[in-house]
Amino acid sequence: MGRFNKGGSREMPELNTSSLPDLIFTILFFFMIVTTMREVTLKVKFTVPSGTELEKLEKKSVVSFIYVGPPTDQLRPVMGSGTRIQLNDRYAEPGEVMDFIAEERSTMTDQAAQTISLKVDQGTQMGIITDIKEVLRKSWALKINYSATKRN
Amino acid sequence: MARKKRKVPSLNASSTADISFILLIFFLVTTSMDTDAGLARRLPPPPEDEQAEMDVKERNVLNVKVNAAGQIMCGGDFIEIDQLCDKAKEFVKNDANSPNLPEKHLKNIPLLGQCAVTDKHVISVQTDRGTPYNVYFQVQNELVRAYNELRDELSKAKFGRVYAALDEDHQVAVREYYPQKISEAEPKNYGGNK
Repeated sequence: MGRFNKGGSREMPELNTSSLPDLIFTILFFFMIVTTMREVTLKVKFTVPSGTELEKLEKKSVVSFIYVGPPTDQLRPVMGSGTRIQLNDRYAEPGEVMDFIAEERSTMTDQAAQTISLKVDQGTQMGIITDIKEVLRKSWALKINYSATKRN
Repeated sequence: MARKKRKVPSLNASSTADISFILLIFFLVTTSMDTDAGLARRLPPPPEDEQAEMDVKERNVLNVKVNAAGQIMCGGDFIEIDQLCDKAKEFVKNDANSPNLPEKHLKNIPLLGQCAVTDKHVISVQTDRGTPYNVYFQVQNELVRAYNELRDELSKAKFGRVYAALDEDHQVAVREYYPQKISEAEPKNYGGNK
């Protein structure tokens, strides 16, 4: 029973890799959907407060962010340590918030649902926040959300 | 021993699918989906629409004031942040129908029937320009907690489930019983360094 034929039929069968691109596409699409496209480089440093009665911020497409806090460590020598407002990628004054809201709103499909998420540092004084809120009221962006972390 | 020249076997790539799946799962686990959470609030519309200034009776208002040092005054006395929730609940509920707490009047609410509600009450939060944001946030958080607890109590008593587990119609009824009325007054500069 000399069946040990060493010569032929040694080649491995080719793997059918035709589905691999589909797989990679799946991953790609997954990340495209999950991650938010617009990554803002933060120029202010903030630690949001913690609360218990939080609601999740749904529908990312109608949310605009306003960051408030002192400049980051790298920018501190130039910008000082006073509280700053950041809109998109730059520092702004409270008065500029109105333009920002209008600009953001024009890109949204469901404009009535526009939500402003305020990411504000814990130590900020209320004065600047009140100023922002007044501007938000004037520009009819009434749905706001004080960003916070969950605490038990 | 002149062997036949062998072909180089092609690389077995059948495991790449597994590898990419592992990668996928790895990213799934590590990336926080960045579920942004926060305290949702609604600002009042711009002042010009507020011409009809509401005449609010004094008993219907609970004043919560926070000064620049982060001290909280509720009603007429200084309190700590952890007392605020109970204070607010007591105020909104007005169990004993006390004359100092918000007036009750009968209201017909679908699913709940005729009930005496304190829907004319207002909780007014007033801050100083120097108030730390954290204290303000905690005050807001406690007030929202007071409402949530009241709503939970009511829905448990009436429908046997917590508020969040009710369907939309029942939630509306409970909301009507305990409407959330937190107003924010214009900031004043009291007790604070300018």
